[in-house]
Amino acid sequence: MAESTDCHKAQQDCPKVLILKPIPFINLVGEQYFASNKFTFLEAYDSSLPLHQFLSTHSPSIKAILSSVGAPPITADILHLLPEVGLVVTTSVGLNQVDLLECRRRGIKVANAGSIFSDDVADFAVGLLIDVLRKVSASDGYVRKGLWATKGDYPLGSKLGGKRIGIVGLGNIGFAVAKRLEAFRCSISYNSRKRKPHVSYPFYESVCELAANCDVLVICCELTDQTHHMINKEVLSALGKEGVIVNIGRGAIIHEKEMVQCLVQGEIAGAGLDVFENEPDVPLELFAMDNVVLSPHVAVFTPESFLDLRDLVVGNLEAFFSNKPLLSKFGDW
Amino acid sequence: MNHQPTPQTGKEKNPNLKKISGIKMESIGVLMTCPMHKYLEQQLETHFNLFKLWHCNSSITEFLKTHQGNTIRAVVGDTNIGADAELIASFPNLEIVASYSVGLDKIDLRKCEEKGIRVANTPDVLTDDVADLAIGLILGVLRRICASDEYVRIGKWKDADFGLATKFSGKSVGIVGLGRIGTAIAKRAEAFGCSISYFSRSQKPFANYKFYSNIIDLATSCQILIVACALTEETRHIINREVIDALGPKGILINIGRGAHVDETELVSALLEGRLGGAGLDVYENEPEVPEELLGLGNVVLQPHVGSDTVETSDAMADLVISNLKAHFSNKPLLTPVI
Repeated sequence: MAESTDCHKAQQDCPKVLILKPIPFINLVGEQYFASNKFTFLEAYDSSLPLHQFLSTHSPSIKAILSSVGAPPITADILHLLPEVGLVVTTSVGLNQVDLLECRRRGIKVANAGSIFSDDVADFAVGLLIDVLRKVSASDGYVRKGLWATKGDYPLGSKLGGKRIGIVGLGNIGFAVAKRLEAFRCSISYNSRKRKPHVSYPFYESVCELAANCDVLVICCELTDQTHHMINKEVLSALGKEGVIVNIGRGAIIHEKEMVQCLVQGEIAGAGLDVFENEPDVPLELFAMDNVVLSPHVAVFTPESFLDLRDLVVGNLEAFFSNKPLLSKFGDW
Repeated sequence: MNHQPTPQTGKEKNPNLKKISGIKMESIGVLMTCPMHKYLEQQLETHFNLFKLWHCNSSITEFLKTHQGNTIRAVVGDTNIGADAELIASFPNLEIVASYSVGLDKIDLRKCEEKGIRVANTPDVLTDDVADLAIGLILGVLRRICASDEYVRIGKWKDADFGLATKFSGKSVGIVGLGRIGTAIAKRAEAFGCSISYFSRSQKPFANYKFYSNIIDLATSCQILIVACALTEETRHIINREVIDALGPKGILINIGRGAHVDETELVSALLEGRLGGAGLDVYENEPEVPEELLGLGNVVLQPHVGSDTVETSDAMADLVISNLKAHFSNKPLLTPVI
């Protein structure tokens, strides 16, 4: 009979994968779909111990961390308490919640969500944009309140075709957004850290210059020190009174207070926002506006994306614990 | 629907009356059937002698109490009020019906042809907008965008998770009517990696999509069914209970055609009973009435017939109506003739 590789049956305890805060995605898919014979989850939030004490107690068995958006960041402090950790897996593409420098210094491997979300996020960005320009949510509400029969036709929207789209961050997601909007007869240009070779879209050195030459800005980049509050009053003024902004990146890429002011004063025409600086708080001024479409950070929330993510998360963890190459490794260490 | 222009038959009109040197265009009587677009109204007032039917309670009978029927030489109608047999009979000098729409279901085309009345519509200029809205409706329904906007606005985000929506990219799309609008929808859906199939009166030789000669087969094979054909006697209630059941509990119906394409009663019961997954509707059988049962559903998106309602397209449609009228009264070829 072959020796079992199921850690649950082995003499030693299963290696633990630390989770700091409940991960909605795991609940929505179903915890049973994350069961593995190579590891077991350790939920820090279930304990009554203060976090530092909990981590110190369990540190010998914590070999990996599963990090998600909205959970406590994986800081150098936390990593110092966990000398046995060899891997951080995130459920997001973005890694702004992980101290990458410390991971590199310690040789802790990092795996993110790769490109599995690109389609869903790009679809959502296009959906938000059409909604803002064509007032889909606003006029849907108008119909539901019975106003079409009593107050007449809803005010006109704005045509998507022919609009100049500025993609901020031409990664997998930005590229997927561009390909879709081209089919709507939009023209595409972009700003990125560097010009992309083999890409025919016009490149702008600065996001301000991009905004000045576009009708719509779609934020598809990562949140980093450089992109924090990158979209500010200056950029929005350059975008102009007919301009629309769509954000499916991270809330803090936009200077939220300044964006709200621009919307209040009519300095830009509208916004489609899936992310905010301080989720789940949303600036109250936005609730009164019908030229704004809001969503609760759900651009990846489809069963298809979640099942793909489940495969990737479990796949990365099992690969790590079997000494095999990670499926979606980030970084060169 | 695109008829080839036919030579004027029937009652012979005095061609001299149309020459600019004889009669100024500003004196030509044009009847607008209802408020459509302020810019169009202004243009008609500038270029012609405009009469507004809604000033007479939208009643031809009332209009004729205070106006001579033979004053009217042109009618501008839309999807609400077009030119039916009663209207055509009331205006013996009617020469042209210029519709502020691409759909012709509100115009008695047979009567127009019989009496030698020209008909023009507004194709092409609105194709993009209507196709864009079709995709907007799909994303609104599948990705629950409208529902999520409401969710955030009423403060629910802090309390609970919104839950899952459904992916659009890669789904199978079936189009009923592969005309200009149907083709434009197909091009957009292809960019989302969707597979495209269609049902039409006849197979289109230029189209690289799978053709179904039977609408039930189309509905069975696809997850998103989009109505994009013209409303005729044959296509009335083309989406009936059988088609809806074939589309099924995971299926989505999108209607940017005409309300009468869909058996609305069957649609409502299918949605309430879960036999259909969802619907995105821009048109209804009895606008602006919308079935009350739909108003509380989270798996539908309801639009107030706004397929071409952007500033850019409304102006372009208006310009086309004016250009067709000017062309006719200058004895020049119509830009977008139907008859």
